[in-house]
Amino acid sequence: MAEESYRKEFTKGIFKYNPMFVLVLGICPSLAVTTSVKNGLAMGGAATFVLICSNFIISIVRSSIPKEIRIPCFIVIIAAFVTMVELLMKAYLPPELNASLGIFIPLIVVNCIIMYRAESFAYKNKPLASVLDGAGLGLGWTMSLCIVSSIREILGAGTLFGLKVSESYQPASVMIMAPGAFIVLGLLLGFMNWRKLRKSKQSMKAFMKHD
Amino acid sequence: MENQSQKDAALIVSASPHVRDVDSIPRIMWAVILSLIPAGIAGIFTFGYYCIYVVFLSCVTAVVTEAVIVWLRKVSVVNTMKDGSAIVTGILLAYTLPPGVPWYVPVVGSFFSIAIVKHTFGGLGNNIWNPALAARAFLQVAYPAVLNSDWRVLTEHGMHKIVHSIAKIGADGKLVDAITRATPLAKESGAETYRLAELFIGNIPGCIGETSAIALLLGGVYLIYKRYIKWYVPALYVATVFVMVLVLPPRTVTPWANNPMYHIFAGGLLLGAFFMATDMVTTPLTSRGLIIFAIGAGLLTALIRFYSGYPEGVCYSILLMNTATPLIDRFTKPRLYGIKKVKKG
Repeated sequence: MAEESYRKEFTKGIFKYNPMFVLVLGICPSLAVTTSVKNGLAMGGAATFVLICSNFIISIVRSSIPKEIRIPCFIVIIAAFVTMVELLMKAYLPPELNASLGIFIPLIVVNCIIMYRAESFAYKNKPLASVLDGAGLGLGWTMSLCIVSSIREILGAGTLFGLKVSESYQPASVMIMAPGAFIVLGLLLGFMNWRKLRKSKQSMKAFMKHD
Repeated sequence: MENQSQKDAALIVSASPHVRDVDSIPRIMWAVILSLIPAGIAGIFTFGYYCIYVVFLSCVTAVVTEAVIVWLRKVSVVNTMKDGSAIVTGILLAYTLPPGVPWYVPVVGSFFSIAIVKHTFGGLGNNIWNPALAARAFLQVAYPAVLNSDWRVLTEHGMHKIVHSIAKIGADGKLVDAITRATPLAKESGAETYRLAELFIGNIPGCIGETSAIALLLGGVYLIYKRYIKWYVPALYVATVFVMVLVLPPRTVTPWANNPMYHIFAGGLLLGAFFMATDMVTTPLTSRGLIIFAIGAGLLTALIRFYSGYPEGVCYSILLMNTATPLIDRFTKPRLYGIKKVKKG
């Protein structure tokens, strides 16, 4: 494969197939852990690691996985990496971060972004492309998590990375609770769709002019 | 000019309804604003001039937010601003706030009600929930400390109190001779009970616009007289609460637990029944639907007041019925003229 197409495999996950804003996948952990930027980063990092590794292994062994039982095979491979991540995080990350991520790290096993890439990309493509694909989507998801979580942390707790933003700001605690997650995600999705719509309208206009 | 005359001369072909009336959205909205004035005056009498500041902040934020968003959406700013719906939302939101709230509470609430509740769903006529009530629910979760514990009432009575309170408005704009008290509906032990006459006139702790039953009745009757609201919506809402209070066994024993009049005059029931359950946008279209809406809201209000952790249930009950409104509309669709009802079975 040419260099150009490799780059495409990587960048598509960030914008064109952004897991949160375009595909709207993995919404459960996205809404649950984005209460602070630290949580969002840790969650995104863990998921990206699992995504890259599982994509790599699945695409290496794809010819020996029977089609009928491919889903259980994916889960076994993904679960192995999730276990690794969980143990690593327990060993090296601060305990309060681990506590706030809680059940959502083991739940990466059933994260639909990872299953989706395993099924629709890694199972059909070569290892290098699969790794780039996983890295791109993982990065896209981590970035989206950071955007959502920084908005929620600033509005809901008045802090960013645990540092106070402003002395006079009164945090609206609803933003770090469940309704805040839905409001922020809904507005961001609306914004993304509005941009897409405007872009397509502009290109339509340019096309008509050209015609 | 020429265009205008051409338009007038043209034969206009349009679908029904063809009935024309002088009533328009601005007219109705200004009538609603007028009908809300007595409750506001009562609020100022009870809680002091700080209330004006809260209402003013809320209205200004609502109007500015509406103007900016309408401009961003490329809709005619002048036409939208003229209808006064933003001011109604601002006033209603301020009326549901405790009188001593810090300035950012009405500002954040007003912004939320116009920007998120109203305009993300398409603006006036398309919002699912009553903007003022949804914002109040949002504030309840956003600033629970401020909204749940900061109920103020002045310690002295009558005109003297107002004169007194102007002098005592501190540098931070807060009334210093106000004391914090719980809503009359508080179920905790040690909470005070008020006489019915006090509840009726409104010299009780509560939110700015909800305390005076007589002022709210005045405004409500005016709107009913003008036929901008259907009389049976507030009537059925209040009647349902009345019956439920008589029937339901209370969870905590208070002297007023089964006193229906106390439940009607205390808290925000009348404000909700006259001004929020009758919102044209967020309630069902047919009269059958409105009856279901009013009774449902009454049932929920009584249930929340009796069995939940919250002392007051008007806000959530109307919001829940707002949510159910599309469903109610679907089940109460009027029969089309000339079409027979198909019998089931």
